Amino acid sequence: MLSYVGYRLLLVVPTLVGVALLIFLMLRVLPGDVVEIKLRGDGGHVTQDVVERERHRLGLDKPMLTQLVNWMVGLARLDLGTSMWTGRPVAEEIGARLELSLQVAVMATLIAVLIAIPLGTLSALFKDSAVDYVVRIVTISGLALPSFWLGMLIILTLLYVFSWSPPITYTPFYQDPLANLAQLIWPALAVGYRYAAVVARMVRSSLIEVLREDYIRTARAKGIVPRLVVIRHALPNALLPAITVIGLEFAFLIGGLVVTEQVFNLNGIGKLFVQAVSRNDFTLIQGLVMLLAVIFVLVNLLVDLFYAVLDPRVRYR
Amino acid sequence: MTMTATTHRVREGKLARVAVGMARFTLTQPLGTLGLLFVLVMAAAALLADWAPYDPTAFDMSAMLAPPSREHWFGTDAFGRDIFTRVIYGARTALAIGFLSSLIGCTVGAILGVASAYFGGRIDLVIQRCVDILLSFPIIVLALVVVAMLGKRMVLGIDVNLVVAISLPIIPKVARVARAAALTIREMPYIDAARVAGFSHARIIFRHICPNIAAPYLIMFTAYIAQAILLEASLSFLGLGVTEPTPAWGLMLSGNAVEFYREAPWMILFPGLAITLAVFAFNLFGDSLRDWLDPKFKT
Repeated sequence: MLSYVGYRLLLVVPTLVGVALLIFLMLRVLPGDVVEIKLRGDGGHVTQDVVERERHRLGLDKPMLTQLVNWMVGLARLDLGTSMWTGRPVAEEIGARLELSLQVAVMATLIAVLIAIPLGTLSALFKDSAVDYVVRIVTISGLALPSFWLGMLIILTLLYVFSWSPPITYTPFYQDPLANLAQLIWPALAVGYRYAAVVARMVRSSLIEVLREDYIRTARAKGIVPRLVVIRHALPNALLPAITVIGLEFAFLIGGLVVTEQVFNLNGIGKLFVQAVSRNDFTLIQGLVMLLAVIFVLVNLLVDLFYAVLDPRVRYR
Repeated sequence: MTMTATTHRVREGKLARVAVGMARFTLTQPLGTLGLLFVLVMAAAALLADWAPYDPTAFDMSAMLAPPSREHWFGTDAFGRDIFTRVIYGARTALAIGFLSSLIGCTVGAILGVASAYFGGRIDLVIQRCVDILLSFPIIVLALVVVAMLGKRMVLGIDVNLVVAISLPIIPKVARVARAAALTIREMPYIDAARVAGFSHARIIFRHICPNIAAPYLIMFTAYIAQAILLEASLSFLGLGVTEPTPAWGLMLSGNAVEFYREAPWMILFPGLAITLAVFAFNLFGDSLRDWLDPKFKT
């Protein structure tokens, strides 16, 4: 088991180095930089001299290789540099907003799992019944609903039905848990719906497959209570692929956050990213992309390890 | 004489086969047919958009934020533009970008995947590493960076760079599936036979392997049109995809729609519904296509 963990951790390093290289090259090869937008964005006239001086100050005039080495060395020392727009450390900019986004992401995942597993199971057990059809329509529409539109619909419903709008200012959880949850449950629902739909579909299809296996027939033939056959024999095996999907879909969740934070006016990582991109703030974009890649890779690593714990066959392959 | 007669009969046979196939699809896949029907309605709307009742970009300050009525079926937006007309024109944008992005993404992905499986060794290793790296970017993050850095480049009214940005995240996913499919085909005796016969790599790949992964390719192509439409809507919503005054569904949900939708819900109701239905229809059709062509295949 330990060697498996070590092997998987080793595989993470080249992927992350690749991400760092790719994002760096993408930002430098493609035209445009922060100075143009910062100084000339509003149509203001600035002499080329001032532009060059600002470029020099930000280190954008250095050879590409020097910039790359600086970025990689900084990464190795866990130093993400300073934002080219605000001049504040990237780590600080991210740190101030990470808590909110992480909380929404965790809540969305919890919502998704709590909805998806029972829904998928019901749908599989009563395959081709009315329940199954309803679940399938609900889940397939989950794949189609854009999370930002769902967010707007949620706000409209709250407003028209309950004459209530979620608060605009963010309250941290440890200050007032209830106010915090009342604000963040809605964006979590908006992004979690798609997540739940994907996982429920996976639970359904893998449970249907598992229920056809010989050992399920054996268990039934032995006279085990049907409920126990499902819970003890079928579900644990059927949940394995669903867990993989939870990891893979995490990337989608982050994408959902990027747009949903705009709708709910939350000042999180997603909003910061959109700002950074529209300002060509290279260091901030790089830092955020690295953070997201690390989170994504770690989540999938955890999922794989969890898989190995649940299914001994994975370890020995 | 006889020659033309035979070819004519063959063609008739082919036509009949297609007709029978379509009839069978309609009978066995009612949900998929529903999806296909909606896709066709959307395509018709996109093609006939010029007959829409209003000009999609014309301001009408006398009818700002008008609720749905007989004159404006879906109401008007903050500039008095007819929302029904803009939704119809939006179908053109969504279909064009969705279709092109999925086509490029799936084709490039399939070529990379097949090459990876066929040549193996170092080529396989390099391609798979690149695929891994691309897969560890959240989709929208990758697309956002590309679209923001490349800027706009319009060709025939379509932003080519936006299409590139949307097709990029599709490539690694398709490459992975195509590789897995091609790996099993590579081991088939007829591939060995082709190799022994001295056929070139290109001939083996295009004549012997590609036809055998046509089914998963078609399934993925349909499924990724849905995803591309969704991604285009998200990017436009963020102000980094299709930009004013081009009518696009995602764009109609952003800008001053965000300010006014509490008072004028029709501004966001119809464009959002259009996105949802379009993605829903392509998913439904794609799912049925999968069940029909290749029941064991999973996307």
